[in-house]
Formats: sequence, C-alpha cells, structure tokens
Amino acid sequence: MSTTVKSLTIAASVAAALGAVGVTTAEAQAKEKCFGVSLAGKNDCAAGPGTTCAGTSTVDYQGNAWTLVAKGTCTDIKLPPEADGTARHGSLEALTRDLPKA
Amino acid sequence: MGVTEAAFAAALLRPQDAAPSGLRNPEDAPAGRRFDVYRNNVVAGLSDALSSGFPTVASLLGPEAMTGLSRLYLQDHLPVSPIMARFGTDFPDFLGAVEQLRSLAYLPDIARLDLARRQSYHAADADHVTPEVFAAVPGDRLARVTLAFAPAVRLLRSPWPIHAIWLFNTEDDAPAPQAGAQDVLISRPDFDPVVDLLPPGGAAWIAALAAGTALGPALDNVQAQVPAFDFAPILALLLQRRAISILTITE
Repeated sequence: MSTTVKSLTIAASVAAALGAVGVTTAEAQAKEKCFGVSLAGKNDCAAGPGTTCAGTSTVDYQGNAWTLVAKGTCTDIKLPPEADGTARHGSLEALTRDLPKA
Repeated sequence: MGVTEAAFAAALLRPQDAAPSGLRNPEDAPAGRRFDVYRNNVVAGLSDALSSGFPTVASLLGPEAMTGLSRLYLQDHLPVSPIMARFGTDFPDFLGAVEQLRSLAYLPDIARLDLARRQSYHAADADHVTPEVFAAVPGDRLARVTLAFAPAVRLLRSPWPIHAIWLFNTEDDAPAPQAGAQDVLISRPDFDPVVDLLPPGGAAWIAALAAGTALGPALDNVQAQVPAFDFAPILALLLQRRAISILTITE
C-alpha cells in the first residue's frame, strides 16, 4: 500500500471512530449516584478483599445503597411499591426506607 | 523460653501440628487452644480474602472446593504485602499447576480476569485523551501517532471463551459460553472496571500500541495476520472507556 493510501485509510478509520464516539460521550456518559434502586447484593464494585463495598446491600432497593445511573434518570426509575402500597422512587440522597433489620 | 517468629509462622499453617512449645497462656500453662483459635482466624481470613478477590473462580468451584484450594495455596503463599487488595497475584499460576484442576483448563485465565478487574479498580487515576484531541491531529500525521494507556487498563488474551464464562457467572440471563478464544479489554471509565470483548486482531493492535508502536506500523502488523482488520471500532471503544492517557505525534 502506498504511503498516501495508507494515511487515507488510517484517517478514515480515525474519523469513523470519532464519529462513533461523538454521540456517546459528554452528556450521555454523565452519571449520578442513585439511592434505593439496587437489588440485594448487586451494588458490586470489584474492589476485592480488604474493602467493604462489594455486594454489601442485603435487601432489595436498600435505601442507603447506590448504583450509578445515567444522569437525570434516577428519580424516574420504576420500582415495585412497598408492602403497604407506598410508591418507591430512586433518590439522589440516601433514603431511610428498605434498610436491613438491625 | 519463648518462641521464634519462624517456628510460630510455620505452625500457623499446619493445623495438624501441635502449638509451638514455649507458648504460654496467662496461667502459665501451654497455650494450645488459644493458638488454635488464632491459627484458624489467620487461615479463614486469608481464605475469605481469596474468595472475595476471585469471585468468578469461587462461583465456578463452589464454596467447598474454593476453601480447600485456598488452604492448599496458603501453605506456600502467605501475603507478601500488608495490603490485602494486592493478595493472590500468583493464585492464577497456582491454579494452573494443580493436577486435579486439569479438566478446568480455562480456570487460570478466569482467575487472571478476576485479578485484572481488581487491579484495574485499585490503579491510579489518569487524565484521558478526548476525541477532540484526536480530531486535532493532521490526517497525514496520524500514522505516526503513539499512544499510552491509563494505569487502570488491562489486556487479556486467552484460548478460552473467558468473556462468555465471566458473563455467564456474573449476570443472571447471560447465554451459555461457546468454545473459542476470546480477548478482553479491562478499563475504568468511571469508578468501576468494565470488561469488553475484543474482535479478532483487536488485542494484537492494542498490545502493539502499548509497546510503543505507532498507529501505522501497528495496523500493518495486525493486517499481516487479520487482513480485513479495521481499528475504528476498537479506537472508538478505547475513547469511550477513557483508556488512552497520552497521545504523542512522533517524528
């Protein structure tokens, strides 16, 4: 392949890559901490031994456990209502509902 | 009078041995039972550390086999650092040498995947090269661009379907793994490591770049093996995962 053709090939691949990334960076990648939406044990963080964060939530939708979600979607996440019929919503701050029994 | 540190440490890992002689309790009697409690805590703690450090291996083996293997491993591999997050770096090689695990030949690579995710989690932060920086490089100089990767980036190449096995043991509704080689990229775009499956040639291309080869020669190297190779989707992935930390235009 000639040098010119090769630079064109490389430039085209880079342009294709930048095009593919363009729509998914910045805004779309912004995340926020959302409390009270993770299933029990699913707040995994891959930290391994010597740490305490991996899968430590013990009840579904635990109010003080969080999960990263796309920015702006946290409070809209649909969850099943509580046992007494109270509606559940995600929250940007830690909640007092669904805490593990002491 | 007293016990040497070496005798104390040796007895810790051999539950069948008696407590080291010379160890006394407050009543000045031999402290056999107290030592047994201590000895049990050391082994149980380290064995729990291995299970949480290698969650996929632990899930594949089940708790009983995992604990048994951990105890075997501990006989010769006490932690070399007080930082538990770094414990078990040679556990994958150890698994590869255990005769009874021959039928699970993929297990060492799965352990390497667990270890790479953990190391990625604990790696240092780094600024990342944005798509805008790439876009600003003149087209005729792109072939001479070299890249450096963030400390959290890990590349794993395996003759086994490591991505599918990992996914199957991590997510509830993942499909059953099919035979075949798989390469993965581990990166940390936000707070937690992400594991991505790479297409054929992808890992060879990233490895060439990581060794300091420029974009042009790296592409030539890979196309010699995989003629239809196009790096566009892999470069897009690297940018999305904030995996590139430095871009240099060489002369």
